[in-house]
Amino acid sequence: MTDGIEQRINSLNKRLNSEKRFRIYCIGAMSFALAWVLILFLNIFSSGYSAFYRTVIQVDVPFLNLIEDTTQFTEMSSEDINNLSMYSFSKKAIYGLFPDIEEKKDKKMLIRLFSIEFEQEIREFLKSNKSNINETETIYLTASDDVDQVNKGNYPRELDEDKRRIKDIQLLFFDDLVDRGLVSYEFNLPFLMRGDSREPELAGVGGSIVGSLFTILVVLILSFPIGIFAAIYLEEFAPKNRVTDFIEININNLAAVPSIVFGLLGLGIILNTFGLPRSTPLVGGIVLSLMTLPTIIIATRASLRAVPPSIREGALAVGATKMQAVMHHVVPVAMPGALTGTIIGLAQALGETAPLLLIGMVAFVVDVPQTPLDASASLPVQVYLWSESAERGYVEKTSATIMMLLGFLILMNLAAVLIRRKFETKW
Amino acid sequence: MGFILISLIILIGIASYFLGNLRAKNLRTSNQKNLKSLSHYYGYYVALWAVVPALLILLMITSFKSFFIEQYVLSDFIALGSYTETELSLLFTQIENTALGIKLFDENTILINGAVNKLNYINKTSENLTYVTVLGLSGLLVLYSLFNINNKLNSRKIVEKFLLVLYFTCSLVAIMTTVGIIFSLLYETLRFFSQVPITDFLFGLNWSPQRVFVREAGDLDTRDLANAFGAVPLFAGTFLIALIAMCVSVPVGLLTAIYMSEYASPKVRDWAKPIIEILAGIPTVVYGFFAALTVAPLVRDIGQGAGLTVSSESALAAGFVMGIMIIPFISSLSDDVIKSVPQSLREGSYAMGATKRETIVKVLLPAALPGIVGSFLLAVSRAIGETMIVVMAAGLNAKLTANPLDAATTITTQIVVILIGDQEFDSPKTQSAFALGLTLFVVTLALNFIALQVVKKYTERYD
Repeated sequence: MTDGIEQRINSLNKRLNSEKRFRIYCIGAMSFALAWVLILFLNIFSSGYSAFYRTVIQVDVPFLNLIEDTTQFTEMSSEDINNLSMYSFSKKAIYGLFPDIEEKKDKKMLIRLFSIEFEQEIREFLKSNKSNINETETIYLTASDDVDQVNKGNYPRELDEDKRRIKDIQLLFFDDLVDRGLVSYEFNLPFLMRGDSREPELAGVGGSIVGSLFTILVVLILSFPIGIFAAIYLEEFAPKNRVTDFIEININNLAAVPSIVFGLLGLGIILNTFGLPRSTPLVGGIVLSLMTLPTIIIATRASLRAVPPSIREGALAVGATKMQAVMHHVVPVAMPGALTGTIIGLAQALGETAPLLLIGMVAFVVDVPQTPLDASASLPVQVYLWSESAERGYVEKTSATIMMLLGFLILMNLAAVLIRRKFETKW
Repeated sequence: MGFILISLIILIGIASYFLGNLRAKNLRTSNQKNLKSLSHYYGYYVALWAVVPALLILLMITSFKSFFIEQYVLSDFIALGSYTETELSLLFTQIENTALGIKLFDENTILINGAVNKLNYINKTSENLTYVTVLGLSGLLVLYSLFNINNKLNSRKIVEKFLLVLYFTCSLVAIMTTVGIIFSLLYETLRFFSQVPITDFLFGLNWSPQRVFVREAGDLDTRDLANAFGAVPLFAGTFLIALIAMCVSVPVGLLTAIYMSEYASPKVRDWAKPIIEILAGIPTVVYGFFAALTVAPLVRDIGQGAGLTVSSESALAAGFVMGIMIIPFISSLSDDVIKSVPQSLREGSYAMGATKRETIVKVLLPAALPGIVGSFLLAVSRAIGETMIVVMAAGLNAKLTANPLDAATTITTQIVVILIGDQEFDSPKTQSAFALGLTLFVVTLALNFIALQVVKKYTERYD
């Protein structure tokens, strides 16, 4: 008899234990998922934040060597300054950091501490300050990517010299400059303003931000009205017949089609049949609009459906036509929901990459695009492009681009949530 | 040009709205007769006449303009009759560039000079002509519609009819997109299969389209075609990576869903659910970067530490990261399904003395199984269609392998590899990408269809 009880207690304990274990598995699974959100963000942020500042090196530029009297610059036009031959002058200014070095090889190494556009930077300085140039001016020149990475501590200095891009003598120069207090950081404004470049220290996301902006603008202009009109038709006016059913099936299927198929559509139809220009935000926007339309239509329909019938009937009862009832009374009430859906759709479009690769928005574009008809990249495509590059400087740049992309996405989703909270009426 | 013209048309539209409105009001006061609609409907009526035909004409002009310009500019060359169509279009681009001031021709012949002059002339004329036509039409129609306003005209009906047609057209975009997708995929695919037998594509074991590309300069050898487009390694790679992804996401997603719906307090739920759903909102290119730069080296190092040879583009890394991406798809769908199991089933089970685990495993999960399976199928279709993670982290060379530590390539990767950058159209290599796209389209569509059917069946059971 006691055996029986013991057995039962045992089996109960077993069951309770397995209950506990199961619960732990569940918590473990959820923590696993949560942990990856954290790891992903930490990983991106820790490698990306350093791209937002850059290393500059102070150089004294003796403008007196260029011209007898520095007041003469005042009379020069920008074009005159562009015509000045400044290359060897600029180089000499840099040599002035280490007057003692004689060997040509060492001098070359010294020059390589700076970005290849040092001459251009001095010229720009001259242009913007031409009315009050002193005999000698202190200018902050952009350091080369290798120096930048060493300065930020991203570069393993302990490697053998022949495995490093930066050489021993350059490190020597660099350490000396640090000791003399000539190396400093500044906010990396060029990163936010410039287009792409083959030199990591000069590459910026400005071009791709503008490209993304144009693309999203095209998506907004196309998919917002079309999506809302389609939703209004399907929800309010469509007769129950085969055509309507067919449209609905199509919309639901399109929502599940892999994004790359839309890229094939863009390539086959929009580029090759209609002949619209390749690589442009216009085409990117059209392709992404087709992709986001189902999202917008489905969200808008849901919010139209949530409008209580009493509103429709009230309007009809006082003599409004069906169209007036819908447009004046139902749609305004459903608008917050439609807007939320649109913003979420736009956020999806903003992060989409694959279709853009196929329609050629992977071009290497140095200039910031001026119109939606200029070739350009977009933020996610920029991430893809830079992640393929070997230089170390692009890693932090890629992460920083992702940070900005995520930033935009978070802002958009936040806007969607706020709109929903503020304007949505509960019935 | 287009932008200015469209702005002008819109301005005319706004102005004509007020004109129509005003005229209707005037008519009402001066005639003492009742108009059939409210006066602002006459405003809309006039504005529609002002804007819609003008925009349609503009659209037509812009789409056909380039064709006529080309015909006109090249008329002398066409008359010679010695040029093929491709040569003519090449010639036209060269003439266009010459007109822009880029020197392309070594010697400018009279014909070419003439053509350049013609181009400059027609560009200018056609622009002026477009302005005159479009704005003139708009203006005329405004006048026509203004004088058309009388007490027999019911403008509300016309405006509403127009809106209805507009709405209907917008909803047709979905159908047109589907038709466009099917047409573009099918057209290229059929051309592909006219050169490569479909059986070779579906059952061939060797995928190396580059070879065809290299050979393209010379004559295409049919032997090359026969053995270069076997897509089985791609199907296998896609399957392998999707399988790894499912191995990660199914247990994690399902257990998370169970925790969310059965164990978690509302407070934990409110916090954890949105955070996990962030995973679904992160752009896939970010996962790709993460997989290629963080997870793949990690997997390789761990593998090498254990004495295994691991490719730096291992299927495991790509599949694992893809699995993480898919977790929220499974967890939120399954969560909804488990929650919608009637409360009576839970209570019945507890009343019999079952523990929570026993209730979940033996009662809730079987009841919710169709919905859960549906969510798995949707996740699989998602994994198969996912592009950026595999493009960035999986291998590019097709190799038939079942080893997760080896590099594997997928359908989507190959589409991107083939079509990125400049493509030669008319080459079987490019067309093969469309054939892959069609395969992908059909498979994902079938998976979604089955998933929806399964879910539908489930909902019928408890209603």
